[in-house]
Amino acid sequence: MAEPSDPNAPWVTPAGMITVALTATLFLFFLQYLPVVPRDGAVQWVWDWIPSLQVRLSFWLDGLSLMFALLITGIGTLVMLYAARYLAGHPQYNRFALYLFSFMLSMLGLVLADNLIALFVFWELTTFTSYLLIGFSHTDPKSRRNALQALLLTAAGGLALLAGFILIGVTQGTFELSQLNAAGSMAEQPYYLGILILVLLGAFTKSAQVPFHFWLPNAMAAPTPVSAYLHSATMVKGGVYLLARMHPSLSGSDVWIYTLTIFGGVTAVFASFMALRQTDLKQTLAYTTLMALGTLVMFLAGSSGYAITAAMTFLLVHSLYKAGLFLVIGIVDHETGTRDANLLGGLARAMPITALAAGLSGLAMAGLPPFLGFIAKELSYAGALTMAISWFVVIMGMAAFALMFAVALIVAWKPFFGPQGDLPRKPHEGPWAMVLGPAMLSVIGLLAGLLPGVTAYYLVEPAVAAVMGAPDVGGRLKLWAGFNLPLVLSLLTFALGFVLYLVHARLRAMLAAMEARAIDMDAGWDVLLDRFMAVAKGQTRVIQTGVLRHYMFVTFAVFALTVLGTLVLRPAAAPALNFAGTGFVEWGIAALIVAGTMVVVLTSSRIAALVGLGVVGIGVALIFIAYSAPDVAITQILVELLVVVLLAVALLKMPHLDRTGKQSHRPFDAGLAVLVGGVTTWVLLRVTNTPFDRRLTDFFEASSWTEAFGRNIVNVILVDFRTLDTFGEIAVVIVAALGAFALLKGGAKRPPEDAPEPAPETAREER
Amino acid sequence: MEALTALVVGLLVAASVYLMLARNFMRFLFGLILLSNAANLVIFASGRMTKGAPALVPYGADTPAGVVGNALPQALVLTAIVIGFGLLAFTLALAFETYRRLRTMDTDKMRVAEPKDADEDMK
Amino acid sequence: MNSIIFTAGARILVALLFVFSLFMLLRGHHLPGGGFIGGLLGAVAFIVYSLACGPAEAKSALRVSPEGIAIVGLGIALVAGLVSFLFGDPFFTGQWYWVGGDSYETSLFSLNTVLVFDIGVYLVVLGSILSLAYAFEEET
Repeated sequence: MAEPSDPNAPWVTPAGMITVALTATLFLFFLQYLPVVPRDGAVQWVWDWIPSLQVRLSFWLDGLSLMFALLITGIGTLVMLYAARYLAGHPQYNRFALYLFSFMLSMLGLVLADNLIALFVFWELTTFTSYLLIGFSHTDPKSRRNALQALLLTAAGGLALLAGFILIGVTQGTFELSQLNAAGSMAEQPYYLGILILVLLGAFTKSAQVPFHFWLPNAMAAPTPVSAYLHSATMVKGGVYLLARMHPSLSGSDVWIYTLTIFGGVTAVFASFMALRQTDLKQTLAYTTLMALGTLVMFLAGSSGYAITAAMTFLLVHSLYKAGLFLVIGIVDHETGTRDANLLGGLARAMPITALAAGLSGLAMAGLPPFLGFIAKELSYAGALTMAISWFVVIMGMAAFALMFAVALIVAWKPFFGPQGDLPRKPHEGPWAMVLGPAMLSVIGLLAGLLPGVTAYYLVEPAVAAVMGAPDVGGRLKLWAGFNLPLVLSLLTFALGFVLYLVHARLRAMLAAMEARAIDMDAGWDVLLDRFMAVAKGQTRVIQTGVLRHYMFVTFAVFALTVLGTLVLRPAAAPALNFAGTGFVEWGIAALIVAGTMVVVLTSSRIAALVGLGVVGIGVALIFIAYSAPDVAITQILVELLVVVLLAVALLKMPHLDRTGKQSHRPFDAGLAVLVGGVTTWVLLRVTNTPFDRRLTDFFEASSWTEAFGRNIVNVILVDFRTLDTFGEIAVVIVAALGAFALLKGGAKRPPEDAPEPAPETAREER
Repeated sequence: MEALTALVVGLLVAASVYLMLARNFMRFLFGLILLSNAANLVIFASGRMTKGAPALVPYGADTPAGVVGNALPQALVLTAIVIGFGLLAFTLALAFETYRRLRTMDTDKMRVAEPKDADEDMK
Repeated sequence: MNSIIFTAGARILVALLFVFSLFMLLRGHHLPGGGFIGGLLGAVAFIVYSLACGPAEAKSALRVSPEGIAIVGLGIALVAGLVSFLFGDPFFTGQWYWVGGDSYETSLFSLNTVLVFDIGVYLVVLGSILSLAYAFEEET
């Protein structure tokens, strides 16, 4: 599904160029730290955000963050440039540029955040922005469904992660990663297992480890530049980043080692086979991403310098070649109109630069010398031999690397240098804005391998030091490490990989047959969602009757019972009904209110009810007058006046209260009403029987004149001491007024469309 | 006076609950008005009630003379009254507009948002 | 309500009520009154007028739309709060300027953001309630 792109449309748009320029600037900003971090160590920026909750907006740039930041902004720049050309003329390109840029910023925040809560916020921001990106082709239901799947899975993992983070903060007393990592492993501490499981759930869903893997290939519904970006340096690496970042504090236990090894290993091998099975080159690459993630997780299980160096090197290599290859596939798709591995072939003549970029990236992926991929593989074997259950890691690693070798040939060799294919369109070289990205990435990949010392000093070793929590012995990155076991294993891998490539067509058929019989997690997901919806629908049917009275009844009943329960469970001396000082006037006011209330409840006449309400209002105002609240009393009287006027205006246009002129009695409702009223009385009596805390009142009385120059304390509180409250309240008044205004005015202009024909006066009814 | 106020508040709350459980939307509205009066009285009485001594600082003095009414709940109630009026006006507008469209005041029949055959619509 | 007496009396009553509402607003800091009460009184004044002469005439007597008054009032209240930033104080800290002196006792009168805020409250309450009342009168 190539997105509509008009080759003649102008692609240098403000939105595109601004995002490219901003991202490039960020890249340069981080580039200046490249010499600083290996020499001087980590850099920190801090802003207090919510000091009372220990939430700080603190950023921490060490070797690991720097490597990620450079990959995110560097690849980001190239991808955005590419996307500008790839989606040229797309009607929603501006929106796309915004999504992609926001995603880039969220990802950057994620890898730089030092505070766990900030990290979580950025983590979820990447989830949301990637949801928008994956679902960019929003008219396609499949695209929407896949975007939602990615969102639900990774957000669910994110919730687990939040719980884990809070547990860490509570048990360790800090949310700062730098402090946590400096404190060393938490493996011996209580709650470690819970924390580990929650954090791993977050990391595994984000980095698509089996059994949460299925969202990642589906996320290929996104436009190709998005896939290139999300699946190389960013989104899916979030989980790997988290594991690496928390390695010093969480690693070291048996649970860590075995969980990561097994989940990572299984994911790597499973994904490699799935990659071989695909014919759509984009899908193939998606599964190799999964394979890379599995491998990375597997190596992060270890704690030796070799294992971590292997992981960091492989992470770097993979980001470079995977972004490059995705972009190449995008060009091929863009220029030939197909991504089918069976159709493509012999493109090298028509698109030489793309072919070169593909070739270089492919060789890096295959792990051949002199590419960094080769070094990464050598290191991986060396690292694997140092790890617990090393035989498992070696076998899984070899299977994955060999399959990757075969896949590299399928993706990068066959379409360009293989036999001429049958193409829907005559191929051309892609436009420079699109070719630039893969070309640069592949050349950087080559240089990184040719100059292993430089790569190690500036990027890999600082990152390894960050992951291990201590500087490691350097100088491991070598193209020729001597004739040793890793080299033998590498050679074995090449041989195995080549054989696999030769038989891949037959293997693919076999795998397809197997897949047809295997459990389909993706379909299972749909069933799960359907069940969820059915449960939601069922409970909605029970709980939401759609009848206002039921809602009100439940609300009042819950209120009465919970308050009653509290009153009973926390007994206090029974409040005495103390009528001392309650004189004739007070009883008179009370009688007035009681009389007014009874009229409102019992009458069937609108006018009588209105009068009753007025009487109650005046009675309440009289209480305010008698008990030293002149401001409140004036307000109450004025508002009461307005209420009566408005009600009188509106009420007369509405039907009578009861059809027969005699309302029905509802003993059940009356019972609840008496209960709620009684509970309220009881609460108020208990409150007024407790000793009164005068501190606030004393403060206001003492400061009203001396500090705020006002003699009316009530008014001073309103407009000086608690101004922000008052401001909020007048804002509410405006909102209510404008809301009512809009209802009345808007309703008049729009005649009711689906309202039933007004039946004359049938509305006067009451049960 | 707090004890008597507590009794009056109880009656007001009971009346408003009874009214708000009625099918006629106008009764619901009456209940709402009574309930906001009751709530204001609860806040007022919780701050204790003092007779005949408004919370004013006399001219020439720095603090009020003797015990005066508690100003804080008064300030809270004052804004609550105005906001309560806003809420009431909005509800009244809602009721009026609903009646104009549906020609009924029976809340059991106001089912535009949650129709009875909702199950068919939820597909 | 086409009573001639009411209509004629209303005009005078409205003027009186309106002036009284301003009086209540201004004295509010020291005696019962203030923006809420003043605003309510002002609204009552214009509602009486509209009952006497009809909402159309009352509206034209007001000259500006009540919704506009309310919004402007909210803006004034906000500005009164923002001023404190100029002096490096937290949001909504009251600022006082003594004209002809340096304290309450020595100055002739004061300029302060607290009164500005109260004027904002007055306008919000006046505008909101009038827009409500007119909407009800016109539409029902």
